Parts: sequence; C-alpha cells; structure tokens
Amino acid sequence: MGVDFLVGMANLMHIQLTLEPELKLLYRINAQSWKDINVDVNHKVESRLKLKFLELELKLLHCVKAHSWKNTEILTANVTRAVETIALLLVTMVMMLPTPSSSCSSSVVSLSQNPKSIRFDSFSRSVSNHMMEVCNCIEPQWPADELLMKYQYISDFFIAVAYFSIPLELIYFVKKSAVFPYRWVLVQFGAFIVLCGATHLINLWTFTTHSRTVALVMTTAKVLTAVVSCATALMLVHIIPDLLSVKTRELFLKNKAAELDREMGLIRTQEETGRHVRMLTHEIRSTLDRHTILKTTLVELGRTLALEECALWMPTRTGLELQLSYTLRQQHPVEYTVPIQLPVINQVFGTSRAVKISPNSPVARLRPVSGKYLLGEVVAVRVPLLHLSNFQINDWPELSTKRYALMVLMLPSDSARQWHVHELELVEVVADQVAVALSHAAILEESMRARDLLMEQNVALDIARREAETAIRARNDFLAVMNHEMRTPMHAIIALSSLLQETELTPEQRLMVETVLKSSSLLATLMNDVLDLSRLEDGSLQLELGTFNLHTLFREVLNLIKPIAVVKKLPITLNLAPDLPEFVVGDEKRLMQIILNIVGNAVKFSKQGCISVTALVTKSDNRAPPDFFVVQTGSHFYLRVKVKDLGAGINPQDIPKLFTKFAQTQSLATRSSGGSGLGLAISKRFVNLMEGNIWIESEGVGKGCTAIFDVKLGISNESKQSGIPKVPANPQHVNFAGLKVLVMDENGVSRMVTKGLLVHLGCEVTTVSSTEECLRVVSHEHRVVFMDVCTPGVENYQIALCIHEKFTKRHQRPLLVALTGNTDKSTKEKCMSFGLDGVLLKPVSLDNMRNVLSDLLEHRVLYEAM
Amino acid sequence: MNTVVAQLQRQFQDYLVSLYQQGFLDNQFTELRKLQDEGTPDFVAEVVSLFFDDCSKLINSMSRSLERPENVDFKQVDSGVHQLKGSSSSVGARRVKNVCISFKECCDVQNREGCLRCLQQVDYEYKMLKTKLQDLFNLEQQIVQAGGAIPQVNIN
Repeated sequence: MGVDFLVGMANLMHIQLTLEPELKLLYRINAQSWKDINVDVNHKVESRLKLKFLELELKLLHCVKAHSWKNTEILTANVTRAVETIALLLVTMVMMLPTPSSSCSSSVVSLSQNPKSIRFDSFSRSVSNHMMEVCNCIEPQWPADELLMKYQYISDFFIAVAYFSIPLELIYFVKKSAVFPYRWVLVQFGAFIVLCGATHLINLWTFTTHSRTVALVMTTAKVLTAVVSCATALMLVHIIPDLLSVKTRELFLKNKAAELDREMGLIRTQEETGRHVRMLTHEIRSTLDRHTILKTTLVELGRTLALEECALWMPTRTGLELQLSYTLRQQHPVEYTVPIQLPVINQVFGTSRAVKISPNSPVARLRPVSGKYLLGEVVAVRVPLLHLSNFQINDWPELSTKRYALMVLMLPSDSARQWHVHELELVEVVADQVAVALSHAAILEESMRARDLLMEQNVALDIARREAETAIRARNDFLAVMNHEMRTPMHAIIALSSLLQETELTPEQRLMVETVLKSSSLLATLMNDVLDLSRLEDGSLQLELGTFNLHTLFREVLNLIKPIAVVKKLPITLNLAPDLPEFVVGDEKRLMQIILNIVGNAVKFSKQGCISVTALVTKSDNRAPPDFFVVQTGSHFYLRVKVKDLGAGINPQDIPKLFTKFAQTQSLATRSSGGSGLGLAISKRFVNLMEGNIWIESEGVGKGCTAIFDVKLGISNESKQSGIPKVPANPQHVNFAGLKVLVMDENGVSRMVTKGLLVHLGCEVTTVSSTEECLRVVSHEHRVVFMDVCTPGVENYQIALCIHEKFTKRHQRPLLVALTGNTDKSTKEKCMSFGLDGVLLKPVSLDNMRNVLSDLLEHRVLYEAM
Repeated sequence: MNTVVAQLQRQFQDYLVSLYQQGFLDNQFTELRKLQDEGTPDFVAEVVSLFFDDCSKLINSMSRSLERPENVDFKQVDSGVHQLKGSSSSVGARRVKNVCISFKECCDVQNREGCLRCLQQVDYEYKMLKTKLQDLFNLEQQIVQAGGAIPQVNIN
C-alpha cells in the first residue's frame, strides 16, 4: 500500500495530472512509515500544490482571454477533478493513518477548505454559468445524459403544473354547476392530484444532490399520495356504478319524454277533432228546419276540412234512385239521379264508416272536370234516415231502416292532400249527428201537428159536455115534475076502477071496467119503468141487499111464469147447478125482476118449443164477452143465468139495439103482448148495478135465442132459514110408502131394475111393457109414470100426450118422467115439448131416484137435471 | 167356524173387487146390490139371470138376422143391440155394454162382418160374465150356509 495504492487509484480515476515531481515525490514516499510523514512533507506538498494551482489559474486565464471556452472548460474540469482527487487522496491518507494526527487532518481540512480551492470552486461555477448563458444562445449543446435529464426535468415540471391545474378546473366548474352530489369524492380526487403534482414538483429538486430535508419532504409527499390515491381508488369503486347508472337513467328519461311527446301529439289531435265536431254539431243542431240543417252541414264541413265540393244524395220516393239534393258550391245542382244499386253505393251503405271512393264514380262526378291533373280524394259516408217508428225506448239507433242518404266529400284537386284518420272520424260523427238532427226535426213537426189536433178535439169535447149537461138537467127537471104529476092521477084511476069493480055491474060494464083497470095498470107500470130507468141512469138507484134463498127465487119465478107458459104450451125447465149456493146476499126484488123479465120475454116471444132456464156458478167462461172478466173473490160469486127459447129468434144485427130503451124490432109484431121495450134496458141497468153483464145470442130469425146474464152475489155464511125450509131430500123424511107408480119399459131387465129401485124405496110399482098397456093401466092413482124412451121411435113420447089428454085436470094427472140413455139437448127438448115433467138418465142410482121422487112430489116439476 | 166364514167373506170380497177391477162390472152392479135387502134377498140373482136369458135370446135372433149376407135386417139387429145395451147398462155388465156400443156403430154403417165380429164378442163376454157371477153367487151361498153375512163391498 502506500504510494502504489495511490498511484493505482489515480490511474483508476483517469487523472491527467501534470503534477510536478513534487507530487510524485509525495507518491514515492515510503509508505512503510506513514508516521514519517510529517508536516514538512505536507508543507512541501501544499506549497507545490499551490504553485500548481497558480499555474493552472494562469493557463485558465489565458484560455479565457483567448475565448477558447472549450479549453477553459476542459481545464476547469481537470482542475476540479484534480482538486477532488487530491482531496479524496488526502482524506484516504488520513483515514489510513492509524492515528491521524490532528494536524494532519486539520491540514487536510484546510486544504479542502482552502480559500483558493473555494475560490476556484466559485470560479469554476461562474465559468460554468457563464458558459450556460452564452451556450444557450449560440451553441445549445449538452452532453447526452444531461439531455435526458433535462427532458425529464421539463416533463416533471409540466406534469406538476398539469396536476395542479386539474383540481383548480374541477373546483371552478363544480362551483359553477349547481348540483354535484359527490363533493367528498371531488375533494379526495383533488387531494390525490395535488399530491401527485407535489410529488413531481419535488422530484425536480432531486435531480441534483439534495439535502436530507428535500428527501424527507419527498417521502412525506409520496406517502400521502399513496394513502390518498388508495382511498380514492376505493371510493371510486362505489361511485362509478352510480355514475354509470346515471347515464342509463338519463336514457330512460329521454325515452319517456319522447313517448309523452307522442301522446301529447295524439291528444292534441283528438282535441282538435273534438272541437271541430262540437262546433259542427252546434251549428247543425241549432236549427230544426230540414233544409237549413243539411245546408249548414255541408257548409261547415266544407269549411272545417277545406273541401272542394260536398254533396248530399237523398233517396227518391221510390227508393230505387239517389237524387242529388244539396251541394256546397254549385248554386243550382243539376237534377241528377243515380240508381241505388251501384256497387260503390252498396259498399258505402254497408258500413257505418266513411269510405274512400274513386273520384270517377258516378256519385263523385258532380261538376265538369276543370282540366286539373289530379283529382282530389273523395270520401263517402252514409247518413241514416230514421223514421219516428224507429225510436223505441231502449233501442237506439237500431238501423232497421234501409233508407240512407249519401254524403260525398271531395278534397281540393291538385293539392296532394290525403284523408287523415281524424278527418274520417269527423265525417262519420257528423253524419250521425245529421241523422239525429233530421229526425228531431221530423219529430218536432209531428208533435206540433198532434198538439194542434188535440187542441181542436179538446174544444169540441168541451162543447159537447156542456150540451150534455144541459140536456140532463132539463130531463131531470122534467121527470121530477112528471113523477109527481103523473102518478097522482094514475093512482086515482086505478084505485077507483078497482073499487068500481067491486060494485054491481052489468057484464058489459064489468068488461069495460076491467079493460080500464088493465090499461091503467099497464100505464102505471110503464110510468114506473120510465121513472125507474131515469133513476137508474142518474145513478141514484141503490140496490137493497139482503139474504135470500136463490133456489126459492128461481122456483117462484117459474111459478109466476108457468101459467102463461102452460097456456101457450111452452114447457119450462129449470136447471140449477149442484154447486149453486142456496143462501146468497143480494137484491132479491131486483134479481127477480131481471129473471122475470127475461123469462117473460122468452115466453112472450116463443110460439112453440120449450124454454129452459139454467143457473150456474160461473168461472171465467169463454162465452163471456171479451171485455168482461169474471173473478171469483172470496165471499162472492158470479151467478150465470141462461134462458134459452126456441121461439122467434132475433136477427143478429138487431141484437145491439135490444138493450136500448124504447126500441123494438120490426119482427116482433106482438103488440098485443104489451110491454114498452124497456124491460131489457132496465134489466141491463140492474145487471150492471150488480156488477154483471147481460147479452143475447141468437142464430137468426126463427132459430130461437139465448139470453145470458151474470151478476155478482154474495155468499151468505149462515144458512138462514127464511120462510119455509125447502131443504131437499133428507131421505128419511120423505116417505114414499105406498106411492103408486107405473113403470113402462120394453126391456125386461131395465124394467126389473127400475122396479127394484122403486120397491126398495117403498113404492108400489106396477110394470108394463108397452105403450098400449101403459095407457090401459094408467090411472089417477098413479102418482108417477116412469117411461123408457130409449127405444128408437117417437111412440113413447106420444104416450105423454095421450096421458095429458086423458087427464085434463092437472092435479089428477100423474107426473111423467122419461128414462133415457142419453141426456143430450135434443132428448130433453123433446121431452119438454111432449109435456114430460122430467128426464132421468139410465141407469139410475138409488140416491138419484130418491131425490128425483122427492123433488117431483114436492114441486111437480123436475128441477134437478140428471 | 168363524174363521171359515171370515175366510169365505174375504174370498168373496177379493173376488168381487177383482171383477170390478177387470172391468166386468161397474157401479150399476153396486146399485143393484144396494137394492137387495131382506125383502128381496135374491134380487140381484134374479135380475142377472133374467139378463143372461135376454142376452142369449137376443144373440140368437141377431145371429139369425146376420146369417144371410144378402138381406140383413139391420133394423132388427139395431133394435137387438139397443136392447142389449140397455139391459147390460141396467145390470152393470160393463164389458158387454162396451161391446154393444161398438156393435151399434157397426150396425149403423151396416157392416156385416163387423156385426158378426161384435156378436161373437158379445156372446163370449156374456158367457164369461155368467160364469164369473155364477162363482160369485156360489161363494155367497157358501157364506150364507156357513152362517155368515154377505159383506158390503165398497168399490172406490
């Protein structure tokens, strides 16, 4: 070691030293003893070095003067290096000394801090600075690695600048914008960028040697940057999805907005259409005049839709053609018809929608084509013409009518306009409105006419009513007067005549008085009838209700009529239905009057045949006149009485007149029988009072007639025994013991059966098997004769006549009962006509026979039909 | 003894009811039975036997009338049928009566073949009824001999 080492190190450092041998001498110092190095050597070295420095300085000055900067630079560098080397050497030397003397070290230190060296340092520095300045404008030539360093330096600087400016921009713009939700993130991000910038900035200082402080600051900055950047990264993980979703939300909202816009558009168009329709409708419906309606329609449509032409075709009366009735533009439309069966018309009429039709179709060619190129589009729609009868309550608008009018609308030619959907809808709506308006107009006309008619009728009715009232008053006054005035003399006449009758009179006188009496009683009856009728018509008559026996009533009536009937040889039968109540509530007197009247009429107007009176309880029968409904209420029932005769009959045309007062048909020439023709009218009034109905049926003149009436009677709850109890047949009470009867029957078996019956009942029976025998045997002792009339032939009936002839006195004649297998009308009538008292249907039951016998014996007339 | 009577009575009842149900008899027969009492104990039997005699007589006469096809006395046949109908309805011989009704119809239209058919049927029916009633009367007699009373049968 030692000098060799030093030399070696110097070689390593490429020192181009032009050191004096003094230095070499230094090198050749015996290294064995560094302690031999003494200060003197050092002093020598130091002086030599100083000399050297001086020489170098001179050389440098020469170079500077000579402006050979390159050489100066090189020299300076050399010197610097040399100085550094030496300093290093010295330091090494000192370090290698085991115990470096303080003086040695201090000398080394002083050497390094040599003012000269320091001066040299500053000199070298100033040279270099100068060099830099001058070199920049003239020759920017840096060594290679220094270029890279320079670039790095510049980049770092710019990076720092950028890093610092980004947060500033962010803050500026965020402050400007109103909304930014991520303030905290921004702060973080800003901090991160600032620290990065700081890092880069501080980096600038580390290109050169730097103190520890710089390094410390750098480290701090880097640490902080790391922390903040990690935090930001973590935060961004949360934030970025949100931010992205903001984008999708934005897209969604945009779509929504577009949709709403579309809908708005639609609504607006609809509103437009609605407005148009309302306006049109208002115009159309503001009048009730047909022509105005149609005209207005065309005008308004033309205006709203800016049409070239608008026309209305109405169906003709025949319904086979459409006639051009109204047009918009043409003042006088040509009388123009098209047949209604054109396919285009059928197409339009077939649907309620507006149909686009060809401008060349007959309905659309309304005016001569004025040389235009493109005819406007044409639309046609049907307008239903409704009749009043189409207006059902729940039924609108049932297009059961086939009458349509055709409305044709044309867009202007050459306008290239198209029919839009909303325009078509408008047209359809208008067509409907027109239909309604037209029908309203029609209805209004009708109702005006009806009202006028009604007013006239009202006036007429009023007048008639007043006249009627006057007439009634007049009649009432008259009757009131006559009532009293007429009756008084009448009574006087009747009373005095009867008194006169009691006195001694000659036969002629008696005859005269009788005639007077008869006439006056007739007159009295007539007056009573008239007065009764007028009272009935006034409604002042009231029924006198009471409980009475219906069966008895009928029998009494018949008793009253029988004398006349027998005289006229008209048998009368009475048939009471089994379910006919016995005790009823009603006006007995009036009911008897009715029955008497009708039966009396039957007797009066019959010359031959038998009269049958039937009484039954009626349910609603189809023989009742159609406007009369029979209802069976709880405690009431409707009694129907039919009186049939085979007399003169009535012409069906005269039947309605029968019930009118004072009317008598011509065919009834029996004036001798008297009567004023009021009977039926009065009966009708009474029947009506009893809430019933009366009518007459006849098949014609000579065919007899049937009078039928229904009256309402009440059913009596208690069977009051009024008068003589006429309860039919409690069998034990009626004793047939020893009753002599005669049975005539050709059939042995029947004969035997009948005999057995009667014997069982206690009668004394004689049987005969032929009519001759019967005639021979019959005597006044026989009370009843049962004769079988089944066998075909009339001989049996003749017997009855014979017996009638045989027994002139009525009380001696036995009762005649026919036994027959059928009870149809003809048999019954025949029996009646031959004077039989009753008819029995074979085979006869025991009870039947019993009842029949008892009835017969009681009443001498068979009331119960079998 | 009583059980025998009861049994007989029941038998009688059932038999009579069956006759009604089978349509041989109707209500008129009931009426006839009503007429029978102590005074006339054999009333029904008498009537019935009279009826059957009548039947045979009439049937014979009618068959004679209908024998020769060329001249049939429809009037006579008609009257015979009429009689028969009357008699049968008097005794309540329902089936016989019904046949008589159709017999009458054939007679009205002068249908000889029909008449013959009906005649045959009438013959058959009355004989059948005769047998049945004979049985009934025998039963009655048995009851009486056994000392019981002939029951009153109610036919609904």
